[in-house]
Amino acid sequence: MIERNAAPRKIVDLLVKVLSSFAAVIGIFFLGWILLVVVQKGSAAINWEFFTALPAPPGIEGGGVANAIFGTLIITIIATVLGVPIGALAGVYLSEFGRSTRFGALVRFNINVLMGVPSIIVGLFVYTMLVKPVQHFSGYAGAVSLAIIMLPVVARTTEDMLTLVPNALRESALALGAPRWKVTLNVVFRAAKSGMITGTLLAVARISGETAPLLFTALNSPFWPESLAQPMANLTVTIFNYAMSPFAGWQQIAWGASLIIMAAVLALNLLARVGMSGGRK
Amino acid sequence: MSEKAQNNHSQPWSDRVFRVLVAGSAFLILVVVLGLVLELIRNSQLSLARFGWRFLLSADWNPVAESYGALSSVYGTLVSTVIAMILAVPLSVVIALFLVELAPPLLSKIVGNAIELLAAVPSIIFGMWGLFVFAPFMADHVQPLLADTLGFLPLFQGPPMGIGMLTAGIILALMILPFVSAVMRDVFSMVPEVVKEAGYGVGGTTWEVTRKITVRYGLSGLLGAVFLGLGRAIGETMAVTFVIGNNHEISASLFSAGNSIASTLANEFTEASEPLYMSALVELGLVLFAVTFIIQVIAHLWLKRVRKQSGGGL
Repeated sequence: MIERNAAPRKIVDLLVKVLSSFAAVIGIFFLGWILLVVVQKGSAAINWEFFTALPAPPGIEGGGVANAIFGTLIITIIATVLGVPIGALAGVYLSEFGRSTRFGALVRFNINVLMGVPSIIVGLFVYTMLVKPVQHFSGYAGAVSLAIIMLPVVARTTEDMLTLVPNALRESALALGAPRWKVTLNVVFRAAKSGMITGTLLAVARISGETAPLLFTALNSPFWPESLAQPMANLTVTIFNYAMSPFAGWQQIAWGASLIIMAAVLALNLLARVGMSGGRK
Repeated sequence: MSEKAQNNHSQPWSDRVFRVLVAGSAFLILVVVLGLVLELIRNSQLSLARFGWRFLLSADWNPVAESYGALSSVYGTLVSTVIAMILAVPLSVVIALFLVELAPPLLSKIVGNAIELLAAVPSIIFGMWGLFVFAPFMADHVQPLLADTLGFLPLFQGPPMGIGMLTAGIILALMILPFVSAVMRDVFSMVPEVVKEAGYGVGGTTWEVTRKITVRYGLSGLLGAVFLGLGRAIGETMAVTFVIGNNHEISASLFSAGNSIASTLANEFTEASEPLYMSALVELGLVLFAVTFIIQVIAHLWLKRVRKQSGGGL
């Protein structure tokens, strides 16, 4: 038997170990760098006026994004109200009725397709449906586009979470004579509650940082929103417009808005994570 | 089927309503996807009829002369995605390796969470950081270095402006890295311990066990992760729009400004007042959708084939 030389193999092994530790450091380094820059530049822009005032005209110092904060909240809430129930019900269908049906497989495939559609294409679609026919941008079009982005995410998490609920639970409730809807809402949902809340929080976190679909739907506005049928100010499009402008004051406000969006998104994510680990115990 | 009929008969009305409601919601997802395809096709009619296949083959994008060709956008999308994949896929493999095989559990959890948080950072934040912090850094340090060492290649020639194809590709790589490495981590940790221990038992080093056992065992899952990253990188909009430079020219140099399909849409859509201009932009969107759809179908069929081959065990 030939003794293979171990030294080169061990060197390669060590090299890979060093490389992979280094790669992990790279990942953390960039996260730290981005967080640091946003906090540093963003906190310089944030003051009382930032939260309470309307945007200032170009070139004039000061001004705030009160209307955009309000608009982002409204759009996100409406999108959640539209997207979560429909997505959750579709997930219920897949887990409770369509586990091995042809229609179920078709829906599952389309959920995958919709998950893979770039968000800007969703914006384009909603533009052609809700903006072009009426000839003006609107807050509700923005909400619909974000709801469409949520749909597949919520549907899939719901299906995954409900599938984990053991069938014995369903059977015992059905054996007591409970109708199917009651079994689903009172027994299955309750067992899958923490997972579904986590999924919903993550979906909300995802849409609250979305910009591309809002460009063609809600657009932006320097005023307080008066109705959902008008262009609506929102933080992300404000960041885009202000960052691309040549005015230093506007760029600073874009950093402030970035800090708010990032803080909100990361807070939602951490909340979801805490909920998840609490649920596991 | 008599059982089913009887079942229907004995179902309370509330259950029938419930069933219609959930099936209707599922159906709505089909309607959205179908509607999306039809709307994109319908609204790009004008451009489809005017340019036909030339749309994909011409690099001439000139709104003033009403001449539209998608080639430069398609090229930019491809190049930035390829750069992102070249950087992100190997990095993701070793990060996943680190998380599963090397790091002590506590460290693995902390690093894993940090990388997942990186995935949650919105695209526009990457854009802000990319434009105001990373692009100047590229211009001052990375691009001059590349020009000095690899400047004989046409890829790394030209003025170091910071923004451009290379910067966009690197930022894209950072954005897909967390997704790809998270999936790869799950794949690695699903390989049964017994199989790995058998590898260590015959004297394999960590890397040998990973390369010859873990990677082969989870190959389909790893490819799934790659497809996931690919799909994300191709359609990523805001971060790319901030740093790619938005220039409709094809250039051999990675330092030069370019554009991608998504960045062109984000930049020009609200300015497009002419019906033909608008239609050409929607057709660009249609091209992007078609590409992501094809990737999705390939991934789907691939996984199906792999499952069949492995006897449904995976």
